[in-house]
Amino acid sequence: MYHAILFLPLIACVIAGFFGRWIGDRGAQLVTSGAVVTSALLSMVAFNQVALGHAPLTVPLFDWIVSGDFAVSWAIRVDTLTAVMLVVVNGVSALVHIYSIGYMSHDLHIPRFQAYLSLFTFAMLMLVTADNFLQLFFGWEGVGLASYLLIGFWYHKPSANAAAIKAFLVNRVGDFGFALGIAAIFFVFGTVSYDEVFAAAPEQVGKNFEFLGQNLDVLTTICILLFIGAMGKSAQLGLHTWLPDAMEGPTPVSALIHAATMVTAGVFMVVRCSPLFEYSPTALMVVTFVGASTAFFAATIGLVQNDIKRVIAYSTCSQLGYMFFAAGVGAYGAAMFHLFTHAFFKALLFLGAGSVIHAMSDEQDMRNMGGIYKFIPLTYILMWIGSLALAGVPFFAGYYSKDMIIEAAYAAGSGMGQYAFVLGIAAAFMTAFYSWRLLFMTFHGESRATEEVLSHVHESPKVMTVPLIILAAGAIGAGFLFSGSFIGDGRAEFWGNAIFVLGDHDIIEAAHHVPLWVKVLPIFMGASGIGLAWWFYIRRPDIPGAIANAHREAYLFLLNKWYFDELYDMIFVRPAKRLGYFLWKDGDGRVIDGFGPDGISAAVQGLTRRVVRLQSGYIYHYAFAMLIGVAALASWFIAGGGGH
Amino acid sequence: MIVQALIFYLLAATVVVSGVMVISARNPVHSVLFLILAFFNSAGLFILMGAEFLAMILVIVYVGAVAVLFLFVVMMLDVNYVQLREGFLQYLPIGGLIGFILLIELLLVLGSTGVTVEGATASALAAPTPPVDVTNTEAIGALLYTKYVYLFQAAGMVLLVAMIGAIVLTHRTRPGVRRQVISEQIGRRREDGVELKKIQPGQGT
Amino acid sequence: MEIGLTHYLTVAALLFALGIFGIFVNRKNVIIILMSVELMLLAVNINLVAFSTALGDMVGQVFAMFVLTVAAAEAAIGLAILVVYYRNRGSIEVEDIHLMKG
Repeated sequence: MYHAILFLPLIACVIAGFFGRWIGDRGAQLVTSGAVVTSALLSMVAFNQVALGHAPLTVPLFDWIVSGDFAVSWAIRVDTLTAVMLVVVNGVSALVHIYSIGYMSHDLHIPRFQAYLSLFTFAMLMLVTADNFLQLFFGWEGVGLASYLLIGFWYHKPSANAAAIKAFLVNRVGDFGFALGIAAIFFVFGTVSYDEVFAAAPEQVGKNFEFLGQNLDVLTTICILLFIGAMGKSAQLGLHTWLPDAMEGPTPVSALIHAATMVTAGVFMVVRCSPLFEYSPTALMVVTFVGASTAFFAATIGLVQNDIKRVIAYSTCSQLGYMFFAAGVGAYGAAMFHLFTHAFFKALLFLGAGSVIHAMSDEQDMRNMGGIYKFIPLTYILMWIGSLALAGVPFFAGYYSKDMIIEAAYAAGSGMGQYAFVLGIAAAFMTAFYSWRLLFMTFHGESRATEEVLSHVHESPKVMTVPLIILAAGAIGAGFLFSGSFIGDGRAEFWGNAIFVLGDHDIIEAAHHVPLWVKVLPIFMGASGIGLAWWFYIRRPDIPGAIANAHREAYLFLLNKWYFDELYDMIFVRPAKRLGYFLWKDGDGRVIDGFGPDGISAAVQGLTRRVVRLQSGYIYHYAFAMLIGVAALASWFIAGGGGH
Repeated sequence: MIVQALIFYLLAATVVVSGVMVISARNPVHSVLFLILAFFNSAGLFILMGAEFLAMILVIVYVGAVAVLFLFVVMMLDVNYVQLREGFLQYLPIGGLIGFILLIELLLVLGSTGVTVEGATASALAAPTPPVDVTNTEAIGALLYTKYVYLFQAAGMVLLVAMIGAIVLTHRTRPGVRRQVISEQIGRRREDGVELKKIQPGQGT
Repeated sequence: MEIGLTHYLTVAALLFALGIFGIFVNRKNVIIILMSVELMLLAVNINLVAFSTALGDMVGQVFAMFVLTVAAAEAAIGLAILVVYYRNRGSIEVEDIHLMKG
């Protein structure tokens, strides 16, 4: 069964990708959707067996590399952590596949799209079922590739191409750290298999090694390097610049990759490596700091964005920050729980936004929307459900996971924990605000859309709305249904050995016993966020503009994403371009070509032009030359040269 | 001896002067005539040296055939009575230099090695007598038709080839010239030549 | 003064140099070139005969005869070529013959 889960998407990708022309658009859609839906159903069976039934297992496939001390094999490892991810990945992927049938129905390259989606699914599955770091890395790179292909799907658009390259390059920076981390693991542990590394981790506590003249703690270095990879993949502060631009891809792509699955690969990896991270408090501090900062930072930007997809993208960035600082304070279960619920409501929000865009004839700017809730009521209700879940309103899914994270941050007690707590609260407020800003600007008030667009507003077809409804069900129910298993009393049995927590670090236990005001504060923040948004956008719609004008620099600072892109452009992009230009023109052009082909050919041509003048065609010139030769020979002989 | 020396210097001077005039005369006919003069004088030099057969051959063949041939061609071709081109002066210095160098070298060779050839003395030239007391002609013939007869025949071949070559090169077929084609003549059939016509008596053809 | 071998050889050398000089100095027409060649051959002949007499060896004169033969043949062919060339080109200016210009 596990082989089927893993390889059905791959087979579907191959069929749709290479034989798309024969099986046609409909055929490609059916093959890929069918394969991934089957995989999803099987994943739920697996979840039942492994996670709920507490029976982890490993299915070996075959040996990959056997070279001296380095032995790596392909295997499918299924424990609770994997099972959770399987459900998330396959579930969301299946729904996105079906949704795409409707959303991309007018596209010219449907088989290619479906094939790429299935390819991504396969790579992600490879990542989560990995039994060793190298297999993880394979999946890691695979999803990066799929992301590149899908962001740049509409390759006729130069902006899409640029965004795809940006995503890949920024990811590359993270992958560099990740690869170094894996190499360090092999260097220290002599193996890259999870079981062996995790078992040997306690011995390495406190050990140091030499690197570039610095004496570094082994486990801290490894964990920080691995975390750099996670930063790139999950768009944390510093390596986040690619996520907003990734919205150039079609909306189903944004939902699948940049909300539910690929960006959560970083979180998954950190949680998977909890046996390593637990032994390195420094690394955990770094994770917490970066996660909390990202949560805050992304939320501030989301406050002022005008593109509907970008708001949701920054929201994703922010929620990922939450997941990371949860892992950083030791609440791995809470991080995974939030990942689980977040997948549902974020995918719901994205696909809902896609529905809106579809209805508004491909309009994405919220400033040109408004007043359409009557025309697309189903989408409207579903967006509300998603936003309620996101804001952490009680009984919706987000409430359970998000609150647990904030409580855990408080319960951590450390300085970094407090920092995370404060930022998390602030971000919760901002999350609620911008989510309802989005709702109000898109659906309420006087419509700012043109007559033309308004006349075409229509509800999406069933093939698009049914996945939305399924996701909404998850957004509502996944919280209270699973909180007991993930973060409640059943959690030890549930997670088993998948997550490792050092004995005295059981944060989640402590988080259950925090003061009441800590438990209530997030709800209060959410409510006030909603209230403020209502005030700004329904009651007094002139206020936002007034504030923006009054604090112009602050507004622009936020609108331009804290000028990170400009900063990176100045520090990295322009020098790199200059270097590249220099190497091309001078290095390659002048030096290599100059001494090589161009230079030689020019020299040959110059030389021949001079030599050609000897061939004048006049016999007397030739005779003269002969005579000179004779005279020279004779002189040489007379002067004693040669031998008489 | 002084007569001999005088004659030598006279002949030699004339040869050299004629040579100069050959290459620098304006009229090409003059050039050919000076060439003829050079040949004559060198024939004289040959006689001085005692090779009278060769001298006569020089006059008959070289002057009488080759130089006359030159004259024919020069007069046949419509050669313009051109002025001396500037190129002459342009190349004179460097050409003269090279020629001069060559001359010096030739003389150097003569000066250093020529005279010390075994058995050769200045006096040997003054009294030129072949080892056996025969005429020059007989001496040459005795050598030519015995030891070098093959070369002699080969020389004849060369001349034959030259003759054929010259004819082939310059032959022009004139259009409209009627020739005999023997094979056609022999291969004629009765029908091509004879035609029977029925004639009514009293009427012509 | 005694006319020795060297005198004759000097004359021959002079004639030879003149012949060579004539080949590349002349700019007028091709016939001068042919005549310069004849001059050079004449110089060679003088050389041969002078040595033949000096060494008392008849072979020199026999060889001189062969040279004469070949010179005659070569002059004939050369002139024939010249005539045909003139027919085709219409001029025998040396400056006009540069078809082999590289």
